Amino acid sequence: MPDCNATIWQTMQAKGYTRREFLRFCSFAAGLAGIEATGLARVVHAFEKKPRPAVVWLHFQECTCCSESFIRSSHPLVADIVLDKLSLDYTETLQAAAGHQAEKCLHDTITNYAGQYILLVEGSVPMKDDGVYCMIGGRAAEDILLECAKEAAAVIAWGSCASNGCIQGAKPNPTNATPIHKIISKPVINVPGCPPIADVMTGVVTHLLVYGRAPALDGQGRPREFYGRRVHDTCYRRPYYDAGLFVERWDDEKARKGYCLYKMGCRGPVTYNACSVTRWNNGVSYPIQSGHGCIGCSENGFWDNGPFYRHLASFPGFGIESTADTIGTVVGVAAAAGVTAHAIVTNIRKRQLISEHMEESVTDRKAKGGER
Amino acid sequence: MATTSTGVAYRRVYVWQLPVRFYHWLNALCVAVLIVTGYLIGNPLAISYSTEAYQQYWFGTVRFVHFVAAFIFFFNFMVRIYWGFVGNQYARWENFIPFRKAQWREILEVLKVDVLQAKIKGLISIGHNALAGVTYFLSFLAFLFQSLTGFALYSSMSDSFFPRLFAWIVPLMGGDFAVRQWHHLFLWFFVVFIIVHMYLVFYHDYIEGRGTTSSMVGGWKFEREDVFREQ
Repeated sequence: MPDCNATIWQTMQAKGYTRREFLRFCSFAAGLAGIEATGLARVVHAFEKKPRPAVVWLHFQECTCCSESFIRSSHPLVADIVLDKLSLDYTETLQAAAGHQAEKCLHDTITNYAGQYILLVEGSVPMKDDGVYCMIGGRAAEDILLECAKEAAAVIAWGSCASNGCIQGAKPNPTNATPIHKIISKPVINVPGCPPIADVMTGVVTHLLVYGRAPALDGQGRPREFYGRRVHDTCYRRPYYDAGLFVERWDDEKARKGYCLYKMGCRGPVTYNACSVTRWNNGVSYPIQSGHGCIGCSENGFWDNGPFYRHLASFPGFGIESTADTIGTVVGVAAAAGVTAHAIVTNIRKRQLISEHMEESVTDRKAKGGER
Repeated sequence: MATTSTGVAYRRVYVWQLPVRFYHWLNALCVAVLIVTGYLIGNPLAISYSTEAYQQYWFGTVRFVHFVAAFIFFFNFMVRIYWGFVGNQYARWENFIPFRKAQWREILEVLKVDVLQAKIKGLISIGHNALAGVTYFLSFLAFLFQSLTGFALYSSMSDSFFPRLFAWIVPLMGGDFAVRQWHHLFLWFFVVFIIVHMYLVFYHDYIEGRGTTSSMVGGWKFEREDVFREQ
């Protein structure tokens, strides 16, 4: 088990890094966490003085794409942050230990570093049928989560599964997959996305290391620094939106020109994430840049908001082709037909009344002519 | 006072005060603009330009018109609520919520007249009839819902104080997507409301002959003379 009492600077020195390299690493980390230039000293101080926190990374109902994303973090280099800078004491995907050894490792970490370790959770927790749908070492996911969360210094929900249920939680949610903030009573930092951007993940961890507390969160428990802006507002195709120039069909002339994907169901206008700012894979691209609309993977229940290539969601119970507009049109036409029918029936059923009115009117005119 | 040979006399009643009429038509204008622009925002037209994108701004303009109309709509609505406490007896808030038994009786009566096209037995109120009143109350709830969801969507684009007041609605409804979906669905409430409302105004004007339609322009309606004698 790695030594959690050494600081990051001490570990780096032991590995032969120079002070210059250490400072470069610090400025990368500061940039990632969105810390302003004047805050650099704070980052250096934290990495120099604070012991490396122990990290427990739990995997429940998930596809490991969050881990895959995390180890592709561009700066600081994966090997640095994952395997050296943090002491990942327990993570099924990356740890060397297996079986009883692994379980002991987990147990040791949460007892030896009680109140100090960071708990990272990837995946949702099935709550149905006593949690039989996700058992690790003979224990239900909920059980493990509750035990690990008890003494954790901070809890981060990695990805949409842990933050809002994602695909497991999509209707009809057969295992009652539940996001972790609904299970544990501690505050949870939600880092949704399917997967979240690697640089965002490292940024959140860096923030925790430097400040020793959670970053400012939005209404859905997401760090504001990364989820504070809409993909739409930071999208490089936004000018086409304002100009009203839209892709009408995949591979049409407008798609080739790179117009706005709004009409192709792009979820950019309703999605909060850093995709169009940090981009993916070392800043190479992001979905919209690659010609595909945003599917809103960092938003609550995004699987139920389909189809992805429609601007509006389909309506449950009305078939996949029905959107609010189809239903609205049907109801509108029905109302118009209804009032037309009503008007016709009125003239038939109210003949007598109408003729009485007519009589009144006629006699009135006669009265004028005769008496005055 | 016009008297017919059958002896039916009518008197003029000043029903809709100027603020009520002003509210009504400004509201109608706003709703019409909001429906058209709102539908366009949801389903933008496919327009091709030979010019560069930076020379166009039509979609931005449509959205701007929608937002401006929304602000006018909202504050006009607030003024109407205020007038519900200080206006005349026909404008007051009691007309919109059926607290009294008489209102429920009238709702049934109007339902019979409107749906079954039965003969008018009793007397339909000269102001809002009780069914219309309760329908307007429900539509006020729809106004409120549309204002709340609209400003909630707008809050992420604005740093100003007022729209930020509505930011809490987004997490409450589970995210921007859900808010937009509901906001869009309620567009159709307004479309259907307009169809039914306009028809029923014409219908009541036609079968009652009391000037229902023109009353929202001039404020005057007509009531049978014998009603006043009974009182």
